[in-house]
Amino acid sequence: MASKFTVSNRTGWLMAGPAILLIAGFVILPFFLAIGLSFSNQRLVSPNPTEFVGLSNYRQLLDLATLRLEPLRDEAGQVVMADGGPQYPAVRSLTRNNPDRPDLAGMREWFSFSTGGESRTVVLARDVVFMKAIVNTFIFVIVVAPVQAGLALCLALLINQRLRGINIFRAIYFMPVVVSIVVVSLLWRLIYDGQSGLLNNLLDAISFGMIPPVNWLGNPSTALGAIMAMSIWQAVGFHMVIWLSGLQTISPTLYEAAAIEGASKWQVFRYVTWPGLRNTAVLVLIVITMQAFGLFAQIDVMTNGGPLDSTQTIVFQAIERGYGKQDISGGSAISVILFVIVLSISLTQRWLTREKP
Amino acid sequence: MARISLKDVRKSYGTAHVIKGVDIEIEDGEFCVFVGPSGCGKSTLLRMIAGLEDITAGSLSIGGREVNDLPPAERGVAMVFQSYAIFPHMTVRENVAFGLTIAGASKAEKEAKVAEAARILQMEHLLDRRPSQLSGGQRQRVAIGRAIVRKPKVFLFDEPLSNLDAALRMDMRMEIGKLHQQLGATMIYVTHDQVEAMTLADKIVVLKDGQVMQIGSPMDLYHNPANLFVAGFLGAPSMNFLKVTVQGVNGPTALVANTALDRVEVPTGGRHFAVGDTALLGLRPQYLGVSEGPGRLHGQVALTERLGAETVVEVTLKDASPLIAALSYDAVLPLGAPVALDFDPTRAHLFPAP
Repeated sequence: MASKFTVSNRTGWLMAGPAILLIAGFVILPFFLAIGLSFSNQRLVSPNPTEFVGLSNYRQLLDLATLRLEPLRDEAGQVVMADGGPQYPAVRSLTRNNPDRPDLAGMREWFSFSTGGESRTVVLARDVVFMKAIVNTFIFVIVVAPVQAGLALCLALLINQRLRGINIFRAIYFMPVVVSIVVVSLLWRLIYDGQSGLLNNLLDAISFGMIPPVNWLGNPSTALGAIMAMSIWQAVGFHMVIWLSGLQTISPTLYEAAAIEGASKWQVFRYVTWPGLRNTAVLVLIVITMQAFGLFAQIDVMTNGGPLDSTQTIVFQAIERGYGKQDISGGSAISVILFVIVLSISLTQRWLTREKP
Repeated sequence: MARISLKDVRKSYGTAHVIKGVDIEIEDGEFCVFVGPSGCGKSTLLRMIAGLEDITAGSLSIGGREVNDLPPAERGVAMVFQSYAIFPHMTVRENVAFGLTIAGASKAEKEAKVAEAARILQMEHLLDRRPSQLSGGQRQRVAIGRAIVRKPKVFLFDEPLSNLDAALRMDMRMEIGKLHQQLGATMIYVTHDQVEAMTLADKIVVLKDGQVMQIGSPMDLYHNPANLFVAGFLGAPSMNFLKVTVQGVNGPTALVANTALDRVEVPTGGRHFAVGDTALLGLRPQYLGVSEGPGRLHGQVALTERLGAETVVEVTLKDASPLIAALSYDAVLPLGAPVALDFDPTRAHLFPAP
């Protein structure tokens, strides 16, 4: 039998046409374009012809090296001490114009750690900001995915009851989802304000002035956490609805059977609810993970990656580089790296949560 | 001891009264069947006994203890659901052992009790399968296994066989009957299938619109139906009702006739009739026979269904009313042929016309 695709159906193709064109133009084409551009030196606007540069964009982003530093010694061979610790040569002096290690040229210190004895190992990255962005994004995902999924499940369990006015609660929890993330970010910028923000005022009031005001978004140690909290709050309602739909597919007779067998609330959850939510859990985790990797709008509105690059993220970097610095090939390379990361994590999650025979 | 007693039990959802005052006594070890058409409240009543529905008014006691306000688990009942309600993510073994797991039984105890239940239900070979790998009948076996493993005093069955095909239904029906004999527990069984009710029950409760129509042994209900509803509900094909006029009353019997029926003296079953009343004469199809002689009922053959051992004949009587006769042999009756039917008047039932 001929496939439906090969059967000429003018009306069908005409109907599907606009959608196909839009999807092709705005999803499929950019996808392949990004892969192609990431191997070139294309700039957003440039008079120079595009050249194929191989993996150089990726090398620029991902190149790492380690450098072992020995403490400075004086003429007597004694370790020079400064600020209670041995003093090390400046990393700069070893990466610039170092005939022994020409590969280190242009690399900067990412972090260092002591490797026993007096020597230190310095990890160098060609693009330290991008490395920070990767780390921040991973921290964001690792915290947000389980916390948001868990919180959403708790809310779903709470609103999955027959109560008078339960729809009001459902609506309240869902409300932040329908508000634009940009608006939410602007509002939370006010809440997090270092001087007279709502959060600082609230903390001040409930602690009778014991807690001093914190500049939540201006402090490198609190900025990412503040953005996580706000992101969890914003999308938790969406995942609550997905959990709720999963909860409602569980047959009520299973709960009745469990009740007759004398199961406690926890046992009902453990033996009936949770196993029944298996597929929903896979979906929720994958969706949250993908959304979390795409963290951008909050950063763009609230911190612009700062302070001190403490809220840099992969997507923010991709856009910053592609459009801010007009380095579209570098931005494309970041997109492709993100695609590979998300794809492999999704596949791993799927494999880990697969139906075991 | 698990005697179950319902006293004026009622259930209302707001202004909708679903169970309208039910009194039932079920003896220890008895197999009691609640039967009735859909919507009669039989399942609701069972769920009230299980503790899955609140009791609006009245008293329910199991083993002499009022359990109205006890949660299901403390009533000592086990229930088998129409949809089986077995846990899809657990193996058969885990499903059967579920109640024991919940109660925190030891592994050895679980093993022993599951093995025993599996032996009783002949499903040892299924223990490591998952529900998705089981047929409907096997799933129902698992559900019964989960019920028997805790050795409850009372078993509740909510239309357990209605999702099975006809042949399997008969097998499982027999198995449930045997199970009752083996376990000797009190069982309450809800069905809309009167064959299940007749074959399984020690005691049948016929329900209609939330009220008890009649309680009694299957044969008692079959031979002495208390009212028109019970008479028409039990028996297949169902009882014929002929509109007749009472022409004379003579103690426990009455003389009745109509244009298609010659005058006949039938028992009144203790019901009161007056001369000139219109009444309904109930005749079971099985007790009608083709008469060689003049016969009491006259009409024409409208349809015959030959089933081999039995022939179901629809006769259009002289007054144009239909009548079904089930003849216990393979009868060849041509369509449209005149036919005379006869019956044993002592097996007829007379009911007041509604």
